[in-house]
Amino acid sequence: MGRVAIDSWGRPAFNAGSLAAALPALLVLLPLIGLALTWLRLDGEIWSHLWSTLLPEMLLNTVLLMLGVGATTLAIGASLAWLVTTYAFPGARLLEWLLVLPIAIPGYILGYVAMSLFDYAGPFQTQLRAWFGPDLELPEFRSLPGAIFVLSLTLYPYVYLLARAAFRDQSAMQRDAARAAGLGNRVIFWRVALPLARPSLAAGVALVLMETLTDFAVVRYFNVVTLSEGVVRLWVVQMDRDAAVQLASLLMLIALGVVLAERRLRSHARYYQLGSQSRPIAPIRLHGWRAVAALVGPLALLFVAFGLPVAQLVQWAIAEVTSAEPGTLDAVFGQYLFNTLTLSLGAALIVVAVALAMAYAVRPRGSRAEAQAGTRFLARLATLGYAMPGAVVALGVLLLLAPLNETVLGWTGGAVLLSASAFGLMYAYLVRFLAIGFSGVEASLEKVTPNMEMAARSLGAAPARVLTRIHLPLVRTGVLAALLLVFVDTLKELPVTMFLRPFGMETLSVWTYMLASESAWQAAALPALTIVLASVGPALLLIHLSRAGAHSGEGTYL
Amino acid sequence: MNRRKFLLTPIAGALAVASLSLMQPTATVAQTKIVNVYSARHYGALEKVFAEFTRETGIQVRLSNASTQALLERLRAEGPQTPADVFFVIDVGTLQIAAKEGLLQPIQSDVLKTVIPAELRDPEGRWYALSLRYRTLMYNPAKVKPEELSTYEALADRKWRGRLCMRPATHIYTVSLVASMIANNGEQQTERVLRGWVANRPTFIDSDTRILETIAAGKCDVGITNHYYLGNKLKSDPNFPVKLFWANQADRGVQVNFSGAGVTANAPNRENAIRLLEWLATRGQDPGVAGLPGGNSEYPANPSVQPAEVLKGFGTFKADLASLPQYGPLQAQAIKLLERVGYK
Repeated sequence: MGRVAIDSWGRPAFNAGSLAAALPALLVLLPLIGLALTWLRLDGEIWSHLWSTLLPEMLLNTVLLMLGVGATTLAIGASLAWLVTTYAFPGARLLEWLLVLPIAIPGYILGYVAMSLFDYAGPFQTQLRAWFGPDLELPEFRSLPGAIFVLSLTLYPYVYLLARAAFRDQSAMQRDAARAAGLGNRVIFWRVALPLARPSLAAGVALVLMETLTDFAVVRYFNVVTLSEGVVRLWVVQMDRDAAVQLASLLMLIALGVVLAERRLRSHARYYQLGSQSRPIAPIRLHGWRAVAALVGPLALLFVAFGLPVAQLVQWAIAEVTSAEPGTLDAVFGQYLFNTLTLSLGAALIVVAVALAMAYAVRPRGSRAEAQAGTRFLARLATLGYAMPGAVVALGVLLLLAPLNETVLGWTGGAVLLSASAFGLMYAYLVRFLAIGFSGVEASLEKVTPNMEMAARSLGAAPARVLTRIHLPLVRTGVLAALLLVFVDTLKELPVTMFLRPFGMETLSVWTYMLASESAWQAAALPALTIVLASVGPALLLIHLSRAGAHSGEGTYL
Repeated sequence: MNRRKFLLTPIAGALAVASLSLMQPTATVAQTKIVNVYSARHYGALEKVFAEFTRETGIQVRLSNASTQALLERLRAEGPQTPADVFFVIDVGTLQIAAKEGLLQPIQSDVLKTVIPAELRDPEGRWYALSLRYRTLMYNPAKVKPEELSTYEALADRKWRGRLCMRPATHIYTVSLVASMIANNGEQQTERVLRGWVANRPTFIDSDTRILETIAAGKCDVGITNHYYLGNKLKSDPNFPVKLFWANQADRGVQVNFSGAGVTANAPNRENAIRLLEWLATRGQDPGVAGLPGGNSEYPANPSVQPAEVLKGFGTFKADLASLPQYGPLQAQAIKLLERVGYK
């Protein structure tokens, strides 16, 4: 039996199934291709105007922001991961979990809370002036460093999670050897552990950089004109859609650069981690002031990144709920909550369904190597959507659907694809989040080996029975996790929702952002708090999943 | 066969969900008396006004909120198929642009003609002012004497270096203020003024409320905000330490803008839309109806209605009504100019 070209049903490995798998990837790519095509009709005038006005500042700010957030999250994430994996001290286990929590606060929420607390008029600086006199000069919080501060605090958990998994997986033998050679812990960290973890760190930082590229709300609060903010500015402020599209395609290039750079760094993963299966590393016990410092330092960070903002939100929310005239807030809040849940659930179902179809079609069977190559390629394509800023995805979907919209209008005489329905929005969510759904589903499908299938089939089980008795039970956890992740990401998502939400469909994220950008902080607190609380559970799930060591899979979220 | 079915099941499920969400809005339209409003007014206040309207007329108001510019873009993209009946924004320039592009329809209403003064509505009946807002100078009385203030233009003077708080160029308030300056002084003179502002390195804060709070805290001495932000502050704290100065009283008068609305070109619920506009221009102006305009300390567009109590402290003043018709035509020019001079 030809092992290479025949799959478990005895058919060639390249068939309709592979094509079906390519389809979702194509769905993700279409809007991006549309954006890329705008390079064909490059408008010199737009670019020379952009170049002479905002573009240099946008480019510089974008690069500085990425460098700043990348370096900060790397430093925080890696050192925290090292701390919790290498040392044992009272509270370490709890800390390990707690350190993920800041991921539950989206930047556009932490940004406004931090602004209200730390800008010139906020209580922090006001108190300092009360102590040290009114002429106290502090650096301007509404600035690039301020934006880096806020984004780093919400994004470091991505690096932390991956670094933690990597450090945990490292072989004790390597460290023992280093120790036997007389190297201290500090040297081992820099010379052994860090280089070995490089692929994971690169993956974590890449995720952080993509999120940073996507942000337009935090940078707007902090007056940092970036490319992503520029797309929104050109599109909805200056109403120059052509310029916005062209700028968006430039942004896409940068995102692509991040993806490629990360792949390069990660491609060494197998090489470095060969032969790392061995007994786990025994943690080093800390005593006295070292143990106290190990606990208090991270707790202080957690306080600023999570405790303080949540406490502030709770205080505002209570004030708002108790002071608002009865009826108004309740009615609106309930409706917006319902909208948000409906949209998020819809997105989660659609994304995971498509991801499942794709993963099922390209899952390893027959020739493992061949199928894996296909999987990798498709996953890589699907990842692109996640790397694209929401505003770019929204523009791409708009670009793609606008002509289609006209056609459909001709047929139906009513339903507007783009704005009266959730169609465009759902499509944009699919583009943006397919990578997340796919990686979750794929990882669990990989547990189903071709042998299991073949064994079941050879015992006479019909395909439907194979599906219900073998596949579904094995993939259930992965699929549920994927559903949850996409659900929460949609719930938190801002730009796509803002630009493509259907008529009358306000969501909590948009509501929060709009109120916050008008400094209606108290009113924004309840929706903000709802988003944060809804994200806490899944954030904890993330650490649970990363414990399973799912960090090395291609296109894997963690 | 079965395998293909497995592939198709999730896709079919997804399509079912998608089509359900597709059908949802249309189903609602058929059932109730409604009017769909695209609104750029702030959250909170407006919902209460509309709730009152619904209580009195039985017409349900469905709101879709976004910034003024985003709503215009959306209206353009949707063309004749827009589900919106009423286009309710906070900038006359945008209403003028929408009218010029054929996105709004003329409506004949004796009520609106009677209660809204001629200079505050479109001669062809495509848009109507509902509440007036004045963008003016705000100052910290501990640091600035009112005699030191005069015009927007004078803030370009070097003595204000490091002492100003301004709203960024991304907000429509900035854009229409600059449009009004171009209308009065021409582009060259306005460019000089803007360069002066930028050279004074203002602190850009994207919230009028926060600008006032920052002036109060002592960082900025002078800022430019809409009058009602101070009105609202004073309602909750009568001792709030910021004062209002009516700009350009010796020449053209303070810059005026309004929140106003029009009925979209193909409004699916045209009659309800007209009814809403009429109600907002009459009963909706009542200080007892919180939110518009009284609850938000704006001045009523309907001159027979008394302004809110807090506004009495602001005194009488002269407003630059003459440049109002230029906001729309000059908007693009104003944006380009702001970009050119490096105004954030």
